[in-house]
Amino acid sequence: MSRFRRIEDGAVRLDLPPEERALLLEVARGLQELLAEGDADPGVKRLFPSAHEDPELDREFRDLTDRQLRTNREEALAVVQRTVESEALSEEEADAWLRALNDARLVLGTRLELTEDFDWDGFDPEHPDAEELALYAYLSWLQEQFLDVTR
Amino acid sequence: MSTTLTAPAEVEVEQPDDVDEHDRPWIVIVWNDPINLMSYVTHVFQKLFGYTRAHATKLMLQVHYEGKAVVSSGNREKAELDVARLHAYGLWATLRQD
Repeated sequence: MSRFRRIEDGAVRLDLPPEERALLLEVARGLQELLAEGDADPGVKRLFPSAHEDPELDREFRDLTDRQLRTNREEALAVVQRTVESEALSEEEADAWLRALNDARLVLGTRLELTEDFDWDGFDPEHPDAEELALYAYLSWLQEQFLDVTR
Repeated sequence: MSTTLTAPAEVEVEQPDDVDEHDRPWIVIVWNDPINLMSYVTHVFQKLFGYTRAHATKLMLQVHYEGKAVVSSGNREKAELDVARLHAYGLWATLRQD
């Protein structure tokens, strides 16, 4: 059964069990802490990619945009934490959820060095990264459902 | 390349190409990555650029199968703004002058 249902004006109803809400809160908090630690983590680096091949132009671009980009990400994570117990999300909150969930997937997937041909069917629960892989798969599953109701 | 070019320096000074250089549009390229979901990438193209579902899907498939796609273009400011918006959604985007 889908965790999301579209209601009026782009708003989305959340049918999330309590343990999933708790997990999402943990994910959002964890990512917020990771962002506060700076850009050393390769997963965090993935959230701030280069725009220009030319290093000089890229520096100019980063000077102009990095602060706003960081603020956007922190705000989206704050929205998830603030609304994680809600019955429904406004269109704006739903967009923040979508971006925050995707940021979490990007950080996890980059750390796990996932490739497009990762063998999910042969998933091994004894894999050393099994817990993070399972979280990544859950977030992907959730995001697909979310996209089904936001389009 | 050729070392036999002997055009007078005055001709060079005019630099008629400068205007073209400035006016040439910048293009915004989205690159394939193994993490962003196909449905998510389509959603972002629709949301940010107002593309129809069909056009957004076509661009997404181009990114997926060809490794990259040009998703918008304009002057440098506009292209940089588009790249920044794509980065905010976690897409891997760059710009360059066409």
